[in-house]
Amino acid sequence: MKKEVLLGDEAVALAAYHAGLAAAFSYPGTPASEIMEYLIRLAHTHGDLQASWCVNEKVAYEEALGVSFAGRRALVSMKHVGLNVAADPFINSALTKIMGGLVVAVADDPGMHSSQNEQDSRYYAHFGRIFCFEPSSHQEAYEMTQWAFDLSEKFHIPVMLRLVTRLSHSRSSVLSGPKKESPLLPRGNGPDWTLLPSNARRRFAELLHLQKDLLEESENSPFNKLLLSPSRQRLGIIVAGLGYNYVMENIRHLQEKPSLLKISTYPLPIKLIHELIKASDEILIVEEGYPFIEEKIRGIFGLPETTIKGKLSGDLPLSGELTPDLVREALGFPSLPQEKTKDLQLASRPPQLCPGCPHHDTFMALKEVLQDYQQPTVFSDIGCYTLAALPPIQAIDTCVCMGASVSMAKGGAQAGIFPSVAVIGDSTFTHSGMTSLLDAASAKVNMTVIIVDNAVVAMTGGQPTYATGEKLVKICTGLGVAPEHIRQIIPLPKNKEKNKQVIKEEIDYQGTSVIISTRECIQELKKRAKGR
Amino acid sequence: MKQDIILAGVGGQGILSIAFVMDIAALQKGWQFKQAEVHGMAQRGGAVQSHLRISTETIFSDLIPRGQADMILSVEPLETLRYLNYLNPEGFIISNCVPYTNIPDYPPMEKVLGKIKQYPRVKLLDAPSLARQAGSSLTQNMVMLGAASTELIIEESYLKEGIKQLFKTKGEQIVAMNLKAFDLGRQAALQINQ
Repeated sequence: MKKEVLLGDEAVALAAYHAGLAAAFSYPGTPASEIMEYLIRLAHTHGDLQASWCVNEKVAYEEALGVSFAGRRALVSMKHVGLNVAADPFINSALTKIMGGLVVAVADDPGMHSSQNEQDSRYYAHFGRIFCFEPSSHQEAYEMTQWAFDLSEKFHIPVMLRLVTRLSHSRSSVLSGPKKESPLLPRGNGPDWTLLPSNARRRFAELLHLQKDLLEESENSPFNKLLLSPSRQRLGIIVAGLGYNYVMENIRHLQEKPSLLKISTYPLPIKLIHELIKASDEILIVEEGYPFIEEKIRGIFGLPETTIKGKLSGDLPLSGELTPDLVREALGFPSLPQEKTKDLQLASRPPQLCPGCPHHDTFMALKEVLQDYQQPTVFSDIGCYTLAALPPIQAIDTCVCMGASVSMAKGGAQAGIFPSVAVIGDSTFTHSGMTSLLDAASAKVNMTVIIVDNAVVAMTGGQPTYATGEKLVKICTGLGVAPEHIRQIIPLPKNKEKNKQVIKEEIDYQGTSVIISTRECIQELKKRAKGR
Repeated sequence: MKQDIILAGVGGQGILSIAFVMDIAALQKGWQFKQAEVHGMAQRGGAVQSHLRISTETIFSDLIPRGQADMILSVEPLETLRYLNYLNPEGFIISNCVPYTNIPDYPPMEKVLGKIKQYPRVKLLDAPSLARQAGSSLTQNMVMLGAASTELIIEESYLKEGIKQLFKTKGEQIVAMNLKAFDLGRQAALQINQ
């Protein structure tokens, strides 16, 4: 037994390692990246597990699935939108017969601290008809992760562990146990893993049949707690995940506490919910993310004898992150005395590209070239370079999802946009841009793709990428871009006029062209200079 | 006993290092702690904050309720103002007085400092000059931690142990420099007291 300081993400990673993890896979994404960062450090020091960054979340998921098929325990981790990319293997893996425990750790980002949406992964777990566990503390994250492996093997399904930013990126102390040996279970049986319609129908029937067992397991889970108020107060509270913490923060000093049901596992523990509702006239549902529990309990018809308060009633906001203050208000308590700063308008300080960033030079050259055209459009993508949407650069028109720049530029060009320019990072390109470029080059669409190649996944802290410089040239050639229209530039202030010339030539070329703008991320350069 | 602290600054100023030192110190002391921080996009020169809670009792929320922070510890004066609504009326402000001006509409300094000085329990320090005295302007964060240590419920020795642990992989010289920055910040803050 050892007590140490860990991020929520790191508690999950350590627990997986202690559960006898054989291999882990991921693609960087805030707030999930630190799970893999920690596992890579463990793999480096101990050498008894595989831990690697993959080209995208779908690939990561499928690699984990291969480990499970081989009878070993696997962890795949990603941010919430990463699960969209991995949705295909995720949903289908629920129909396979999982052998080695497979845990899917997904970190949601309510409040969109570093994301383009705040989708709630619990819906995915429900969609896949599998377990979802939602910890409310670091210690629970540690314990639930280990339990998730056991249940994955017991029921032969993947198990989702749902995290949120405030747990992933919060540090606290965790009491950890000893490491278990990595179990070797039997390999997968062909017919249970070959989802031909005839097999898939059988497997789906088995998954549906399993649902009552999952419900029973959930209802008996030690992580769900029902505390009924002896004085039978009017109000009963249902909490999940961090909602528990915010409610407890506000009621811990009350002598007589309201009835409280803490939900940590899905499928929802229906019996416990019934008991709470029976004991209350009014219930308040406090959950982080979408009103998942609230929608289920309300159904279409609601509860005739119980008032339901939550996000749908407007007692808590439907968007953004929960806070102890919002929950305090929903509980009907007066707010604490606090300072007002109304008399001073505070200038906001948005994130920006680092001084010396290569993206800055690429965008400045591009922006000047585009001034000479009537209606240029720059379709951009996900990465540090998305900050070019903000002042002082303000040079991009779109950012939707990983890889969308190239495909949207193609669609836009086909609808008459000229110049149609895509800007995409090296890692985002290999994650989801290559297939789009194959499409564009095959159709000889008049567009220009600028790959801003800084040789690293920069925004998430400098994880490795698998194609930079010459390798990108080869990839683009292989995808069918004419070699004379794959140009390489070095984005530096002194090269600006030269680079502008290259960009102009390729925009004016009637066909699909690629400009690879290569210079190392300034943060990585600094790290190397310090010898780290 | 508890102390809720808002740590503030700009991405790159080492806010999370201050937090980490305090986490280690709290762990060594055997107390409860929770410390929420921001990673990713915001770290690129944007406003960065961390909620640090230390207590002898169970801590539930990772976030500090508004009006309940016992201290704002900030490495940048404009960022100090951003979180005043978290401060309880008895709370301390320990702030650097030298701005980090990476935005075009930074308010006039006299207004920023004037607002901070309206508070009864304020310690304003010139962190960059003390950091340079310690050997590197990168140690501003440890200067500020040293200044805060005069009002923290965790003793100096635990904090210094935390500094040693955080920087041990970077060599003895770096450890010594950061300890010196801590001491200079602490001395400066003690002088403000007198």
